[in-house]
Amino acid sequence: MSTLEIRDLKVSIETDQGTKHILKGVDLTINEGEIHAVMGPNGSGKSTLAYTIAGHPRYKVEGGSITFDGQNVLEMSVDERARAGLFLAMQYPVEIPGVTVTNFLRTAKTAIDGEEPSIRHWGATVKDAMGKLRMDPSFAARNVNEGFSGGEKKRHEILQLELLKPKFAILDETDSGLDVDALKIVSEGVNRAHQETGLGVLLITHYTRILRYIKPDFVHVFVDGKVAEEGGPELAERLEDEGYDRYLVAQA
Amino acid sequence: MPVQTRSERFSSTVHSEFPEVTGREAIWKYSPVDKLRELIDGELDGAPYAVLYPEAAGTTVEWVDRSHELVGAAGTPEDRAAANAWTSFEKALHIRLEGEAETLTVTRAGLGDAPRAAHTLITAAKGATGLVVLDSQGVAKLTENLEIVLEADANVTVVSVQEWDDTALHLASQFARIGHGATLTHIIVSLGGEIVRVNPSAHLAEEGAEAELYGVYFADAGQHLEQQVYVNHDAPHTRSRVTYKGALNGDGAHTVWIGDVLIGRTATGTDTYEQNRNLVLSDGTRADSIPNLEIETGDIEGAGHASATGRFDDEQLFYLQARGIPEDEARRLVVLGFLSEIVQKIGEPVLEARLHEALEAELQAAR
Repeated sequence: MSTLEIRDLKVSIETDQGTKHILKGVDLTINEGEIHAVMGPNGSGKSTLAYTIAGHPRYKVEGGSITFDGQNVLEMSVDERARAGLFLAMQYPVEIPGVTVTNFLRTAKTAIDGEEPSIRHWGATVKDAMGKLRMDPSFAARNVNEGFSGGEKKRHEILQLELLKPKFAILDETDSGLDVDALKIVSEGVNRAHQETGLGVLLITHYTRILRYIKPDFVHVFVDGKVAEEGGPELAERLEDEGYDRYLVAQA
Repeated sequence: MPVQTRSERFSSTVHSEFPEVTGREAIWKYSPVDKLRELIDGELDGAPYAVLYPEAAGTTVEWVDRSHELVGAAGTPEDRAAANAWTSFEKALHIRLEGEAETLTVTRAGLGDAPRAAHTLITAAKGATGLVVLDSQGVAKLTENLEIVLEADANVTVVSVQEWDDTALHLASQFARIGHGATLTHIIVSLGGEIVRVNPSAHLAEEGAEAELYGVYFADAGQHLEQQVYVNHDAPHTRSRVTYKGALNGDGAHTVWIGDVLIGRTATGTDTYEQNRNLVLSDGTRADSIPNLEIETGDIEGAGHASATGRFDDEQLFYLQARGIPEDEARRLVVLGFLSEIVQKIGEPVLEARLHEALEAELQAAR
């Protein structure tokens, strides 16, 4: 069984005001097939965790470890991590002018699988996956994320999740900026991937809204770069009622 | 030098009316003038040369006399090299479009290394549509003028491809006059040649005229690729978009983009935006990028410009790498994508595929 293990992770970034310590010792273990929600107020370090797992160069690991089935993730390049089976659905996917969705998906699939997808089946697979996410077929000919609405960008992220079939997915505020219909469609995509491939999910969110559609097995509350409380789905319900004030007051 | 409105720049068809080129003039100061003396002042062969083109419905191609009524209809040289060409050409190559013309590619590949002058006319009848590709290959030392004349409601794309041999020297002035409600899409592709300077201008002469001017270029070590673009909004409700994108790689790779936009007093309701973006792939390169916007009326829809020269966007690389794509391949995709954005505007699949391959080859050589 695959396991993603984060131990005592400490991460900083460089800012104009100097080094800023964001993660101050995070422990988290996610097993294949589990859904973990990471919740917390703005600035608590949720997105930093996501980008550090994916290997974004801006985030400097000061201490601790990330291992994936015993491999040291921190020694792997960004693309090696992806090929090992880690996937980050980004909050703000960037535009890539001149690169069509079709070309991008095929290139990524080829890189992940180590061989070109079958010409016969790939086109139909993409079309089918787009249909399930209610994406217009004309999307395939557009340039990656260029002129996409917020909702379209998020669907495109989940499309990649379904096509690339990673072992673990980190969803960084995938729910932000989505209306109810889009939220449902995107959530269905995540649930499909979870059921079909035994995907492990790290769901990062500020709000409990998405947890109505994607049911977490575990909930972790992030405050000031650390896990302040952990529990089952009931913790999310409590947050829905009480918000994060309790943690912030305790901190003060 | 005194500040001068763009429309009052000196122009003449006669070589001797221009002062000697010192290399300090605004229009020459970025160019390697000393390597261009032959073209600026030398004697030029102005005879017709071999052109290749297929039959295409709605088009005619013929050599016409200097006295042809449309010679001079679109513009007048603004520099001494262009005037030298004008003074020297014997016959003009006239490409005529009528009705719904088929795509026409005119190729010249055998100009040779003697200094030469040329004059080309592309004219489109009222309401004509079509796409003309001017494809330049091989060895050349050429200074030339191209005139594009669009009558009312014509909608024409002109693609000028410079895929010369490495030693070629090429100076071109390309003048377009765009009539009532007509639309010109003009695309420059400069990849090959030692010095290639193509200066397009679009005169939006009548109400509702539109121009989309695009350019894509890739300068290797020692290569000088230049374009001085001028859009003259000279009538109400005219619209223009200028987008030039370039890549530079290798020691001494030099690109120049100057984008002048003039919104004249009569050009109320003008809508214009021009931009130049350069991607620097190595040390030792130089990209000059100079947008100029001159506005003589306050009553416009919009006017803007942008210029950016930089290295890779790391966020784009991160995004692609986060999908398993190795760094090398990700860089290749980003650069190709960056430049392909212009190629995608051509709308001619065979040429697009060829240019894509040419860009791939440039990138391959850049490794």
